Amino acid sequence: MAGAVTRVFSSKLLKTHPSLVQINVSHYSTTKGWSKSKKAFMTTLGMFAGGAGALLYALESSCVQAGDLELHPPHLKWSHSGWLDSFDHASIRRGYEVYKNVCAACHSARFVCYRNLVGVSHTEAEAKREAEEIMVEDGPNDKGDMFKRPGKLSDSFPSPYPNEEAARAANNGAYPPDLSYITAARHGAEDYVFHLLTGYMDPPAGVQIREGLYFNPYFLGGAIGMAQALYNEIIEYEDGTPATQAQLAKDVSTFLRWCAEPEHDTRKRFAIKALGLTALLSFGLFYLKRYKFSSLKSRKISFKPPSKQ
Amino acid sequence: MALSNTVYNLLFKRTSTFMLTIAVGSFAFERGFDRLTEYIWESHNHGKLWKHIKDKYE
Ligand code: HEC
Repeated sequence: MAGAVTRVFSSKLLKTHPSLVQINVSHYSTTKGWSKSKKAFMTTLGMFAGGAGALLYALESSCVQAGDLELHPPHLKWSHSGWLDSFDHASIRRGYEVYKNVCAACHSARFVCYRNLVGVSHTEAEAKREAEEIMVEDGPNDKGDMFKRPGKLSDSFPSPYPNEEAARAANNGAYPPDLSYITAARHGAEDYVFHLLTGYMDPPAGVQIREGLYFNPYFLGGAIGMAQALYNEIIEYEDGTPATQAQLAKDVSTFLRWCAEPEHDTRKRFAIKALGLTALLSFGLFYLKRYKFSSLKSRKISFKPPSKQ
Repeated sequence: MALSNTVYNLLFKRTSTFMLTIAVGSFAFERGFDRLTEYIWESHNHGKLWKHIKDKYE
């Protein structure tokens, strides 16, 4: 097999011989007529422009954004951070426990359904059991009345308040946003959610916080209407993981990232396939390019000016 | 040239066998390629995927 491959390629990948390529590139140079000093000037100018551009780019993309007042969450090394890293599904499952037992008291996640948990963090039977714990308004029945029934797999997570006004009234006027897509809706994504949940502290000297607000340096403006929600051991994990505050925050952030991007694992799985396939195809494309160019490059073109009779 | 000649005469020379080679070849390639990428994915993320933890809950 190897012998056959080398023989196929033994035309030296259709190499053109230098002697056949008569065209001298420098014939076409625009800078041919330039004086030495002009060349030196243009070189310096180009280097300055390039350097200034690189500097601007470096400043723009650096993490020092001293112009803002709020604290930007540092990037954490999540178990799903890398190019080919999947979610940690045990963590999603624990995160769902945190969401259900803590966050769901104030936040809705109405774009996530119980059926979405199946095959991700729960078995079908478990997801059905989770859904049956909630009561959903359905109807009308044949008498025209709305009625309550236990949840089904196709129901979305329940909302704690019937509408935004009720949510605001119960939370000092602050609206607890729907958490389905929260990591997609905030700069810093799950890094932000993690630091928001663990970043509560006493306000620094001189900062006044209104009644009903709490100081959190990661929240825009520093005063947030959500009280600290996570403390050590506020819930007990069914798999026995020690429920420290950092663990709870990490799991619920992973869960929320999954909610916002359920296709994450498939996307990365297909990245392996796509990169592998394009890597293979690039060999063929390289050969094809040499093949097509071999006739072009070994051809000689001569221009014969029209004679004046 | 022995091998490539045999391959050419047996598979590529006639349009009918050539098309069959393409169909069978792509099927075999896809199977193999999928197994390879799934293996990379699962060994890279060992212990994190649902299929690795679901035994605990069934
Ligand atoms: C006591 C009710 C309550 C609980 C429990 C609660 N939150 Fe909140 N949350 C709020 C309120 C109210 C706001 C709006 C705050 C504001 O806009 O000042 C909010 C805002 C947020 C925000 C958005 C912050 C922003 O940048 O706008 C996130 C993210 C958040 N909560 C996550 C969580 C998570 C995760 C949990 C569960 C661990 C949780 N919350 C539990 C009441 C709550």
